[in-house]
Formats: sequence, structure tokens, C-alpha cells
Amino acid sequence: MAKKPVTFTLNGRESAAFAEEGQNLLDFLRRSVGDLSPKYGCGQGGCGGCTVLIDGEPHLSCLTLAEAAAGRKVETASGLATGPVLHRLQEAFMERFAAQCGFCTPGMLVSAKALLDRNPRPTREEVIEALSGNLCRCTGYEPIIEAVLDAAGERARA
Amino acid sequence: MPKDSGIGASIKRREDVRFLTGAGNYTDDINVAGQTYAYFLRSTVAHGKIVSVDTAAASKMPGVLRIFTGADFEAVGGLPCGWQITSRNGEVMKEPRHPILASGKVRHVGDPIAAVVAKSLAEARDAAEAIGVEIEELPAVVDMRAAISGAAPAVHDEAPDNLCYDWGFVEENREAVDAAIKSAHHVTTLELTNNRLVANPMEPRVAIGDFNRASGDSTLYTTSQNPHVIRLLMGAFVLGIPEHKLRVIAPDVGGGFGTKIFHYAEEAFCTFAAKALNKPVKWTADRSEAFITDAHGRDHVTKIELALDKDGKFLAIRTATLANMGAYLSTFAPSVPTWLHGTLMAGTYTTPLIYCNVKAVFTNTVPVDAYRGAGRPEATFQLERVIDKAAREMGIDPVEIRRRNFIPADAFPYQTPVAVAYDTGDYHATMDKLVEIADFAGFEARRAESAKRGKLRGLGLSSYIEACGIAPSNLVGQLGARAGLYESATVRVNAAGGIVVMTGSHSHGQGHETTFPQVIAEMFGCPEANVEIVHGDTGRGPMGMGTYGSRSIAVGGAAMVRAAEKIIAKAKRIASHLMEAAVEDVEFANGVFSVAGTDKKVDFGSVALAAYVPHNYPLESIEPGLEETAFYDPSNFTYPAGAYAAEVEVDPETGAVTLLAFSAADDFGNVINPMIVTGQVHGGIAQGIGQALLESAVYDANGQLLTGSYMDYAMPRADDLPMYAVDHSCQTPCTHNPLGVKGCGEAGAIGSPPALVNAVLDALNAGGIGVEHIDMPLSPSRVWAAIQSAK
Repeated sequence: MAKKPVTFTLNGRESAAFAEEGQNLLDFLRRSVGDLSPKYGCGQGGCGGCTVLIDGEPHLSCLTLAEAAAGRKVETASGLATGPVLHRLQEAFMERFAAQCGFCTPGMLVSAKALLDRNPRPTREEVIEALSGNLCRCTGYEPIIEAVLDAAGERARA
Repeated sequence: MPKDSGIGASIKRREDVRFLTGAGNYTDDINVAGQTYAYFLRSTVAHGKIVSVDTAAASKMPGVLRIFTGADFEAVGGLPCGWQITSRNGEVMKEPRHPILASGKVRHVGDPIAAVVAKSLAEARDAAEAIGVEIEELPAVVDMRAAISGAAPAVHDEAPDNLCYDWGFVEENREAVDAAIKSAHHVTTLELTNNRLVANPMEPRVAIGDFNRASGDSTLYTTSQNPHVIRLLMGAFVLGIPEHKLRVIAPDVGGGFGTKIFHYAEEAFCTFAAKALNKPVKWTADRSEAFITDAHGRDHVTKIELALDKDGKFLAIRTATLANMGAYLSTFAPSVPTWLHGTLMAGTYTTPLIYCNVKAVFTNTVPVDAYRGAGRPEATFQLERVIDKAAREMGIDPVEIRRRNFIPADAFPYQTPVAVAYDTGDYHATMDKLVEIADFAGFEARRAESAKRGKLRGLGLSSYIEACGIAPSNLVGQLGARAGLYESATVRVNAAGGIVVMTGSHSHGQGHETTFPQVIAEMFGCPEANVEIVHGDTGRGPMGMGTYGSRSIAVGGAAMVRAAEKIIAKAKRIASHLMEAAVEDVEFANGVFSVAGTDKKVDFGSVALAAYVPHNYPLESIEPGLEETAFYDPSNFTYPAGAYAAEVEVDPETGAVTLLAFSAADDFGNVINPMIVTGQVHGGIAQGIGQALLESAVYDANGQLLTGSYMDYAMPRADDLPMYAVDHSCQTPCTHNPLGVKGCGEAGAIGSPPALVNAVLDALNAGGIGVEHIDMPLSPSRVWAAIQSAK
């Protein structure tokens, strides 16, 4: 099978790997690059578990060709923290008990980061809208929505 | 002031650090050196005779290592069923063979016909497409009433009438129930469907089989709620691998909700193929494959009759239920509509006479088994729906009719007429709390406000009870269970005082790694950080039964307490030696052993060190080391209960239902971590709302699943759910387990669907639209159709 080298930036670091013909970005990141944080939930763009940022915009990596990342900046949940210091979204998720089984969490965090990057003070409705493509089966969403609002600094932490 | 440590503290979860940084270790994140990939060729028809499977050309395709068919598995066992039900006539249930790969016939869309193992997944998939399969399609049966009509095709030759069993409970009560209903002042009858659901944990199922040629050991990595159970079922009943040569590891698991309890064909296949090929074999379900292979939930059709006296007191209940088993018996399928359902038909009420008939039916659909609540949501739904209907018919307020029939708080322990005996409860207390937090008093004003906007507002409630921590083993054995229902724990205190707990419970979102250390911290007077929880690996802990039925803290936690008590007892003996005091005089508090009335004391860590460096130690009377194991088999179920309310607005023009508020007042007994309990209730309610408003697994008449993806099966999304008011301050501790806990995992999914349906019907009826029932999910089209037919 023909393989193509793909050079891109992953969470701020130069990265390169061979992509197979027709390989999607999710499979490329997980199997070829070794970033296991994006999750395969449906492979059909229906669950948001594979969400990554490409040049700051959220993309469903299961529906994106690996080559689409060439020369671009890719961000995943594994790059959110700075060393041992958690990102404010991760802190807020922990405070609010916004992850249970944790499987949808990387995609949720990435979708939430995209929102806060473009809209630092979202309304509750804007948070819900931004997360409506990400399925969570454990939490009922409420703590996730609260966590994103907390991270936005809309109000003081409880 | 809220506690910041031990039992009752809302400690943040330690597992979150890995989940939030993308470092969770789920089965698909595991890659074994040299692994190969399995792809299953599955039936696209619901029922058919396999005429031929030609793998010759496909076997020669690039990367293919071997193609397996049903013939390869004729010498091993089929997937076992873990519960045998006996019919009213004394015959045991029909239990047809469930082969690893289909043999002779296919019986549902998704039934595996062949499996390709290749060097890459793409090659395995390509080869599967090249397999020549000839199937002679047979008529399929999907509808349960049709299946048992006598005119339907037989799913299995052994069950020509498609009847798995015909169960009556309590059979001795049947005539008395019939008589009570015949002579009652009022009888309310309701026919309803409990819609078929797909559990849909966000992580699809995955299995990796690995064989070590040097040791002859097999290892299975799998997405399971109970790895020891999988080891037992697969090792002893399917593949014939002794347990000491088989290790099952269930690492981080991305949600279970029941559907990851069961032993699935893919687990046995990957273990078998890894040994046959001497290579690791990995399989990851794609989502559409999950829809047609994960065991589904619910799917009951019930007629319920409730007899009442003139004051609205319940006299008798009679039910007749058809329960869909699907095409094969999944691991615990027969127990769900019977012992997990009939025994709950008393609910929170004093109804003296109850009779349930359940006919379990084979159809050409995916097997149906336990899904969050398992039998108890079905019981609660029919009961709480028929009570609301009776209240409306008799002109009694829905809160009042329930209060008139509640088991009073001073009547516990309470023996129900359906075998189970409730130890504790206070149903008026949770109803009082609900009325307060849902602001029943202000509802009519809110209704009037909605009416001004042309909307119909409704308030609906339910009172539920569930039975958790199913037990004791000797009783469930008499009822047909083929497994024990104890739990185990090993508590190992290391030489430097660090503690490892190996539990048979499995955490797949419940937060055991946080809550179990809270209990140990409370008992040993140490920080939680000193305690590590090990679970999900048969190679590291004693035989355990896993996590389902809200049993982890009530049964697994109790086992851990028992093992920890043994540690304290032994440590006291060691401390008595170190302090040169009589063991009876040794006290233990806050991590320090002391002698009453003296200043002698020795801390826990010093005792642990003495146990492992036994220089000054009574070796003649006490063994070195500080490690204890306990198996805990509960003497009874636990009985969490509560009252739920939903407030909705219905648009009479479109039938659209807007859920405005949801309130839950639960009694879980003692609570270890309130934050986690609240999260469990939230999640359960979300799934119950999903069932009531959105979700339904739909088959066409030919047995094709029409809802096989997230485009067709409506999962609740962030914009579908309201804010919740959740309270668990009403606490009647369980009297028969050492922690006084009851379990909280399923409550939300049990109590919420009837509250929602009752709310919508309240909105319609109060708005002058006489509708007695709408089957779930209450989609706009169904509600609109009901409104039109009432006009």
C-alpha cells in the first residue's frame, strides 16, 4: 500500500509519520503517530470522541484524511496540560466531576477549548451549542456544561 | 463543615488525572507486539440457512493468515447462559446452542458467519468481502405476539413455538389475585411497551487475544465489567482453558451500563485464534457492528391490572408480559424479566396480592439482556404508569394515592408478597423531599403561565424501589443462577505502610479508585493517598464477580471492609506484643494502637513494619505479613428507593415535549462520596430521559435494524437535557451490610421514564385532551398523533 510522509505540528511539536492511502486522521494519530487521546467512538462523525483541532478549528478526525494535517497545527487533549499543570478546562472538569468513564472526555475538552479560544465568555446556550456534537453517555452533560462555564471564568469557583 | 477525607467526603477523583490528560488506558489503546487483526463477516439477513461458505479465494488474499468458520468451533462450547428459569409447568427453559460462529443457520442480522485474521485490518476487511456466502433466506419473525402465535417460523428447532419459558410468580397467589381483581371496587388496566434500547457506551467493545508459547498461557484484554466472570465462562464452558492458564484483563473501560457484563463471541474468538495462529489477535467493533452485536435492553410488552378499593387502596396486581430474548440467550437474559422484575412488583406499596406471568420469546433480533436497571425499570414503569391512570380514573391526587399505599416507615423490615423482604426505607420522607425540591406548591401558577403562551404544562411523578447487590448466593442458586454473587477483596499492607486493595469490583466510570480508599482511610486512619486500588485483572486479585446491579459498594465495599477488619484484628495482636499488653486492652483509633489507661502507643506503620521484619515478633503464635482476603456474600439485597418528578411543556400544535425540570429525591442509605453519587444519579436520569423521549431500537418486519447508527438512534445530546435537582439527604441505612450503603448506579434510569410519561399525560389531560397512554419514546409525532386521536 502506498504510504505518504505527513509532516505537521502536534501539540506544538514538529511531528512526522507515514500515512497509508485513504487513512483517516484518527487512525493516523492513534496508530502511526502514537497519540492515543482522540477516541474512536463511531467512525461516522456522530459522537465527537475523535475531535481534534486543526489550526484552531475543531475537526472530526475520523472523517478527515490524514494528509489534511500536512503542514498544519494539530491539537489534541494530550497536549492541553503544561507538564504536570492542568489546563483550566481540565481543572474545571475535575472540580465539577465532568468525566465519569472518561472515554468522551478528550473530545469534549477539545471542543470546549475551541469554543473558549474563539469566545472566551460564552453563554450557557453557546456552551451547549458547542458541545452538542459530542456524545457523553455517563454524565447527563450538566457537569460538563458547568465546567466549561467555570473555565470561562464567568463566575467564581464553588 | 463538610469532611475532606474518609466516608462522606466529596473527594475529587484521582482517576480524572489520566482521563483528562488523554492518558486513560482503554482496551483499544493496547497494542501487543506482532498483533494481527480480526474482522467478522456478519449476516445481512435476519434468518437463513447457510448453504455454503467459500473461503478459498479470500484465503489467498494479501496479508490473510487464516479464515475461520463455524466448523472451526464445533468442537468447543457455545456461549453459556448463566441463569436457568423453570416454567410454570415445571419444565426448564429452552436453551439453544449459541455458537461462536454461526453453524447451519443465521438467526439475526449481525450473526457472525466467518472471521478473517490478517496482518492489517484493511486486509482482513478486503478478504471478508471476497468470501463467497450462499444463504437460503428464511422468513424472519420480529414481533413477539406473532412469534408465539403458532404461525411463525421457528428461530430454533428446539423451540418450535419460539417460547423460551412461561414463568408465573407467585404461582401460589394466582387464584387469590384473580379473585381479588374480580371482586374489586375498581380495576385499572393498561397495556404498554417498554421500548427496546441500545446501551451505547461510548467505547465500543474490543477484544485482544494473546498466547504465550513459552508458558502456554492465554491472555484476553477485553472491555468487560467483570473479567473474572469472563475467565470462568470462557475458560470452563467455551474453550476448555483452565483458569490458571487464562488471564483476563479489563483495563479502563469506557462505560458499560450492563451491556459489557456478558460473555461475547468475539472474546472467545480472539482467545481461540491467538492460540491457533500463535499471534496476538485484536478486534475492535465499529459502531454499526456494536448496534447489531451488543446485547440490547428492555423490550417488554405488558398488560397490567391494578385492583383498588373505594379509597384507592391497592388490593391486587396482575401482569402479563412478553419479554424479548432475541435470537439467542445472552449471559443473564433469562433472569431480567423474571427474578429482577417480578420481585419488584410490590414497589414501595403495601399491595397484598401480586401475580406476574412472563413469557420469554425468541425472535430474529439481537439478543436482549440487562441494561441499566435490568427488569427493575420495566417493573417500575408499568406500576407507576398504572397508578397514575388509576388516580386519574378515581379522581385522587397522584401524590395522595401513592401516600395512601406506601409501606409505612415503622413497618420495616417488610415482607412483600413477591419474595423479597425490604430491610429499611421511608417512602414518605423521599416524597416529602420531592414535593419540596420540585416546588409542587408553585406548579399551578407555572401551569397558568404556560397556558398564556398556548403551552400545556404537566407535572409527573414516580416512586421507585430497586433491589441491588443481588444475593445471597445459595438463594439465587435455588432460583436458577449458575454463578455465585459474592464479592472478594484482598487488602495488602506493605512493609512501609502503603496499602493495596485488590477488589473483584470493576470500575468503568464509577470512581472506585477514589471511593474505596475513602473507606480504608476511615478505617485505618490514614490519608487516601496511601491506598491503591487494583481491579480488572484476574492475574492480580482473587476471584470476583464484577460490577453490575449497583453492587460495587454494597457487596465489593463490604468485602473490602471485612478484609480490613481482619487486618485490624491481626495488627492488634502484633501491637499487643510490641506494647507488652493484653490484646483485649489494645485500642485502635486514627491510625494509632494504644493501651487503655496508659501512655503506651504504636502507630500503624510500625506494626506493618514489624509484620514484615519480624525480629521482635511472636512468630510462634502469629504469622508474619499483613495481608488478608475476604469473600462477602450478602444476606439480602439492598433496597434504594426514592421519588422523582418531571415537569414538561407540550406544544399542542406540534406534539413537541420540552423537559423543563427534573427532580430526584433518593434514599441510598449511607453515602461514601456525595459528589460521585450525584453524578451517578445524573447519568441514570439522562438515560431514563433518553428512553422516555428519544431512544428506540426499531426493526422492520424482515429483521433489519433501522436504527443502526447515531444518525438513526437518537442519543441524548447536550441540548436535550435539563438541569437536575438531585437530593440524597433522606438516608435509611441498610441494616445487613457493614457500610449501611444501598447502591445508586441504576436508580436514575429506573425512576425517570414513568415520571416523564406521567408528566406529558398530565399536561394533555389537564389541558382537556383525554389521552390515557402513549408508548415511549414520546416523540413529537407520537404525541401529536395521540392529541389528534383524542380530538
